[in-house]
Amino acid sequence: MTLRDVAGPDFGDYGGRYMPESLIAALDQLTDAWQLAKQDPGFAAELAELHRTYSGRPSIITEVPRFAEHAGGARIILKREDLNHTGSHKINNVLGQALLVKRTLGKTRLIAETGAGQHGVATATAAALFGMDCTIYMGEVDTERQALNVARMRLLGAEVIPVTTGSRTLKDAINEAFRDWVANVETTHYLLGTVAGPHPFPTMVRDFHKIIGEEARAQVLELTGKLPDAVAACVGGGSNAIGIFHAFLDDPSVKLFGFEPGGYGIESGKHGATLEEGRPGILHGNKTYVLQDEDGQTLESHSISAGLDYPGVGPEHAWLKDIGRAEYRNITDDEAMQAFRLLCRTEGIIPAIESSHALAGAIKLGKELGPEATILVNLSGRGDKDVATAGAYFGVLDEGAAQS
Amino acid sequence: MTTTTSAVRTAVAAARETRKGALVGYLPIGFPDLATSIDAAVALVESGVDVLELGLPYSDPVMDGAVIQAAAQQALSNGFKIPHLFEAVREITKQVDAPALVMTYWNPVTQFGVERFADELAAAGGAGLITPDITPDSAADWIAASDRVGLDRVFLAAPTSTDERLRLATETSRGFVYAVSTMGVTSARSSVDDAARVLVGRLREAGADSVCVGIGISTGEQVSEVLSYADGAIVGSMLVKSLADGGVTGVRAAAASLAAGTAR
Repeated sequence: MTLRDVAGPDFGDYGGRYMPESLIAALDQLTDAWQLAKQDPGFAAELAELHRTYSGRPSIITEVPRFAEHAGGARIILKREDLNHTGSHKINNVLGQALLVKRTLGKTRLIAETGAGQHGVATATAAALFGMDCTIYMGEVDTERQALNVARMRLLGAEVIPVTTGSRTLKDAINEAFRDWVANVETTHYLLGTVAGPHPFPTMVRDFHKIIGEEARAQVLELTGKLPDAVAACVGGGSNAIGIFHAFLDDPSVKLFGFEPGGYGIESGKHGATLEEGRPGILHGNKTYVLQDEDGQTLESHSISAGLDYPGVGPEHAWLKDIGRAEYRNITDDEAMQAFRLLCRTEGIIPAIESSHALAGAIKLGKELGPEATILVNLSGRGDKDVATAGAYFGVLDEGAAQS
Repeated sequence: MTTTTSAVRTAVAAARETRKGALVGYLPIGFPDLATSIDAAVALVESGVDVLELGLPYSDPVMDGAVIQAAAQQALSNGFKIPHLFEAVREITKQVDAPALVMTYWNPVTQFGVERFADELAAAGGAGLITPDITPDSAADWIAASDRVGLDRVFLAAPTSTDERLRLATETSRGFVYAVSTMGVTSARSSVDDAARVLVGRLREAGADSVCVGIGISTGEQVSEVLSYADGAIVGSMLVKSLADGGVTGVRAAAASLAAGTAR
């Protein structure tokens, strides 16, 4: 069996389904619906048509030589998920699940958690497109730092509920979404936005995102005549990373690197480097690495990037780390912000702060691997939503503009 | 249902013989502080609670509503650690006779060590565990550990569970099966969902002879109503709120009003 064939519920010692009995029936129903959809040419055709005519797939690749000058001269190629409709890779999974709801599950309401708001915006978009009700749970801290995305979701007709419990970030938004789902499971689908959660989510969400790597693998081969030496992606829950990694899992010459949020630095204790600093446990329905204290209480993560601010990680990443197929490192807030600015100024592309962690990682990788190397970077999202944060960070906002 | 000697099962059955059925009372350990939570649990039993359900505060309680979330968060902020739970169980069971189950999300148990947790709980005089976020099919290590040390294990059954899963919950639970009255998280509700009656009936058909109903029960009348078809009624949020608002005196009175519902 190849690594690509591993399809859960277990990824090595990780994954599984640790969930309240109240949700088991819905998870079984979802698993069955997804298995049927995978065999159904009609489903694949409708999803492909949505990709082609709505979200804008295939996304292009862009080589960035001026940026690469700062990365030891290695050849750097970006997979442009930032150009997708709604501004990130999240739409791939959202359209897939929403289509499953429309065609098979027969539910009328979508709920979702969101960190940076990218998944919430994508879900609100699909709800609008398919005429479904939509409620988005977002940590109160995140509604403040990603206010623009809150407005976008509301413009799209979604209800946005700021979550005021716990750390008031992504982890707590997931808790609230589960609570809503338990109470409303008959009419509601929980459109989980990352490759975590109980089975079938880690596998199903990966399957909807693996198109990123499948396209990019062919595109890089066409451009350069060979596979890249390394693939880099940021890792919060890990959906964009697994999306671009998956096509390369059985290409042993291709090194895979995930970059977690190092926050203020590992030594500060304020970070979200789950795979480096956490240990195996159970969070949100799956066994995986978790940032936790000795009692198994979840610790608060920290990142300047709301989308990476999560103390768990998808179980497939936990497995890829343990078997040594992928390597996970961390990038501090400041390293990410410097890479953010560098891409803006050298290539005219404003990246999401999440994706800037992958860019900063690529700069380091380029210096390590040298000028002969080709590095494929998943530019998972665009930075429009981050303009206020970045503007304040670099002090480029006029007085008053900083208030909005 | 696994039948070895179970103090919980015995207590539920005894309440069924002498009264309408059993009252199961929930309080989190460490809320509002460790000493008060011990006194409050003792007060519950003195007011007529037959079985205690002691909560282990957890950072991410997905099956709990706002009242219990807030209590857990306060306990954790006050410095609650797992050894405090065993200390509390030891102290409570020293003072009163009612069996004490522990309600816990699964990650704290796995981090403490399933075997070690089972040993320490048994040594402290605890009766077993109620596990809201694992199902029997994901709990092989706990089933083995609880068999080894003779602890009860209470799994949940939901209105959405298939007949096959109700049989699984029935066969693997020991003490009682926890019938979730409604689709939702813990909180006081104005009426108990009729789904509870249907679910208990389905559990009986699956072979369950000790079934307690929880979620949404907050008055003596509701306790009485539930006991017309179930063996026990589980109350949580209402007791936690009474403790928060009125201290041990408040929760003692609240438990007494609930216990009135167990009278025939």
